[in-house]
Amino acid sequence: MKNKRNLLAGPYLVWSVAFIIIPLIMVFYYGFIDRDGAFTLENIMAIASPEHSKALWISIRLSLISTVICFLLAYPLAMILANMSVNQNQFIVLVFILPMWMNFLLRTLAWQTLLEKNGVINSVLKFLSLPTINIINTEAAIILGMVYNFLPFMVLPIYNSLARMDHDVINAARDLGANNVQTFLRIIFPLSIPGVVSGVTMVFVPALTTFVISAILGGSKILLIGNVIEQEFTQASNWNLGSGLSIVLMIFIIISMVISSILDKDGEGNML
Amino acid sequence: MKKFFSRFYITIIFIFLYAPIATLIVLSFNKSKTRAKWGGFTTKWYVELFENEVILEALQNTLLLALLSALIATVIGTAACIAINHMHRAWRTFFMGVTNIPMLNADIVTGISLMLLYLSFGMSFGFTTILLAHITFNIPYVILSVMPKMKQLNKHTYEAAMDLGAGPVYAFFRVVFPDLLPGIFTGFLMAFTMSLDDFIITHFTKGPGVDTLSTKIYTELKKGIKPEMYALSTIIFVAVLVLLIIINKAPAKKETGREL
Amino acid sequence: MKKTKLISALLMTALAAFLLTGCGGDKGGENGEVIVYNWGEYIDPDTIDMFEEETGIKVIYDEYETNEIMYPKVASGTSNYDLLCPSDYMIQKLIENDLLTEINFDNIPNMKNIGQQYLDQSKEFDPENKYSVPYCFGTVGLLYNKTMVDEPIDSWDVLWDEKYSGNILMQDSVRDAFMVSLKRLGYSMNSLDAAQLEEARDELIAQKPLTQAYVVDQVRDKMIGDEAAIGVIYSGEAIYTQRENENLEYVVPKEGSNVWIDCWVIPKNAQNKENAEAFINFMCREDIALMNFEYITYSTPNDAARALIEDEAIRNSEIAFPDLSKYNDMETFHYLGEEGDEMYNEYWKQVKSAD
Repeated sequence: MKNKRNLLAGPYLVWSVAFIIIPLIMVFYYGFIDRDGAFTLENIMAIASPEHSKALWISIRLSLISTVICFLLAYPLAMILANMSVNQNQFIVLVFILPMWMNFLLRTLAWQTLLEKNGVINSVLKFLSLPTINIINTEAAIILGMVYNFLPFMVLPIYNSLARMDHDVINAARDLGANNVQTFLRIIFPLSIPGVVSGVTMVFVPALTTFVISAILGGSKILLIGNVIEQEFTQASNWNLGSGLSIVLMIFIIISMVISSILDKDGEGNML
Repeated sequence: MKKFFSRFYITIIFIFLYAPIATLIVLSFNKSKTRAKWGGFTTKWYVELFENEVILEALQNTLLLALLSALIATVIGTAACIAINHMHRAWRTFFMGVTNIPMLNADIVTGISLMLLYLSFGMSFGFTTILLAHITFNIPYVILSVMPKMKQLNKHTYEAAMDLGAGPVYAFFRVVFPDLLPGIFTGFLMAFTMSLDDFIITHFTKGPGVDTLSTKIYTELKKGIKPEMYALSTIIFVAVLVLLIIINKAPAKKETGREL
Repeated sequence: MKKTKLISALLMTALAAFLLTGCGGDKGGENGEVIVYNWGEYIDPDTIDMFEEETGIKVIYDEYETNEIMYPKVASGTSNYDLLCPSDYMIQKLIENDLLTEINFDNIPNMKNIGQQYLDQSKEFDPENKYSVPYCFGTVGLLYNKTMVDEPIDSWDVLWDEKYSGNILMQDSVRDAFMVSLKRLGYSMNSLDAAQLEEARDELIAQKPLTQAYVVDQVRDKMIGDEAAIGVIYSGEAIYTQRENENLEYVVPKEGSNVWIDCWVIPKNAQNKENAEAFINFMCREDIALMNFEYITYSTPNDAARALIEDEAIRNSEIAFPDLSKYNDMETFHYLGEEGDEMYNEYWKQVKSAD
């Protein structure tokens, strides 16, 4: 019986070896050879060059800021949603997935139309005789784009961990004389940490690797590590360097994963 | 007062999420071909959309890919979850680690690595190669949605069913499966959505003549997005929205969780 | 189960849409097929339908965004394309790496429509005119908005003018950006001299704070929307933008610029060479070339088609059909070899990462 059940993982095992692990090994292979096929560490060490390390640093900084903003926006929202009547829940949650049905490239382009110097927002501000804002092609616009695109990934897991929470525990705390702040700090927040951790990784990782957002909203003036990798593959045709830098990026992501798995021991936090 | 603030806050976030979408909808009625200029109101792009075979074919590919990849990923992923949940810790860690790889890799790396794979096996690029790629990045979404439901399962009901004489397969489908359904559905929905939205991985794994909406839009960036694209996005968006509203308004039947 | 219903409803719509759009099925041409790999939005789609109807050859059409994205797909042989349309320097690279096959010009009688000067120009990368048939050409220059710039403009220097700080759009591609900087300094845009390149790089870094953005294709939309005063743009786009915004003016700077040419070429591993030649021949027919010119607004090297243009202003337009002998120092990009490419990319990365 037990063995039979294990067979169910068979298709996935085969699949993951064929389409996840072998391709990954190929990236490593490319990352450790030069154009002539000889072993080299140069592609990995290239991260130390001033341009690459600067791009990596900016990427880390911007994605951290976006993650924090996403968290600050998402947590109150998730709490409000979790307190709504159960009937509306599904609907509300789907409302957050719905924008993803509009193409990602189109949505980001739409932000450009909104933010431009003569864009929609500034036209409205001008009409109201208010000062205009000029954030297009700056880091602020990139952060806005990241927050916009990845906010649902933060809201959903936090919402799930809050909605799943046992209300008896909260009521018990109240009965024992805890006020709202105490209940929140001692009971609700600690119990929602798995959701927060999962949300943080779901936002941080794609923000760290994006290149489309900085190209469209940052005017390509700010070089993120994702842009460097993309250019090595599509413009410079240097796949070895591209692979090498990807390996470095993967290491950073694994580090953030390890940190999050320490915080979320049971792996309970989840997207949905 | 508290309620007012909640409403206010939700409204603000709502505006933030839907402002670009409103922009796209407005652009679909723009007479001028460029997004930078308002040339007056028109519905001609909607008419032209249904005459544009290229876009319609891309739409067809996109939907077929999303549907097939989400279905296959859901089957493989759910089966894997059932097995993984009962495995030894080491195996479980291995599987969950592998599951995380496509979610954490930069899309471009996943795309290129799959392209390298297909190349070395001499596969010809086309619909199949895209489908395989989409299934690959969809499975993790299914597993990550089903796994938590798996953990919440009450083992005793399954055992009770067996004690009452049910065979393992029967017991599974009558007792366990209904509890997993919500997770399976969210997994399917996420997989479907991710497949719809993907550009980079599709780009590197596609062959000549097979386009999805995303790859079509990307090549159009060179000469400007065709307004038909805005029209199509608007139609998709409105269709899904109307559906959501209908479902939400429909009188909810008694939920036994068993009726499919 | 609400979600059950939702999902089934979603599936129903998806299926409905699928049925609505599908059904076309594979027509398959009675005379086989031809797989064409061209720039995005670089052809009038009606001409493809006409070709299929007239010849019975089915066209499988695919698009790319840059020469660099096209190259590995062709070089690795992942897809057996029958026909490509790369730019000058990329054709040189394809020839040097033995990836192209000679065209049989007996199958292309409409070759007579192509102006001799364009064939001469092609000799820079295809010395014997064996591999390529010109499809589109043009120059690179400055597009400026007359309401924001009130002085006469004739030099790349204006891109370094602090007056226009925040209103300058630069090209976001290595070779184009360095072309501007090298030409301004009086060097060749195919320079491999490290000292010259470093000087050009330093100039680009000095220029960076003045630029609004580095863009490739969005120059068009941004200039039409009055977002910027000056942009570096391809001449083919200039005609389109002027149609949409009459305040825009195009000029080729006096220091010289890039004159580029995109040509049809047939890769070595093509399966349908004769069909590809039939396609080239069709594209060279004057009425078809005219349709394409009017659709994409990039200059056509097809003299017979040019004669058919009704609008005299466009037929004699300096932008669409420049008299190259009037300009000094016009050049065409060369393939610089892997090491040369790497050098350019390295310097460009330094520009992009500067503050």
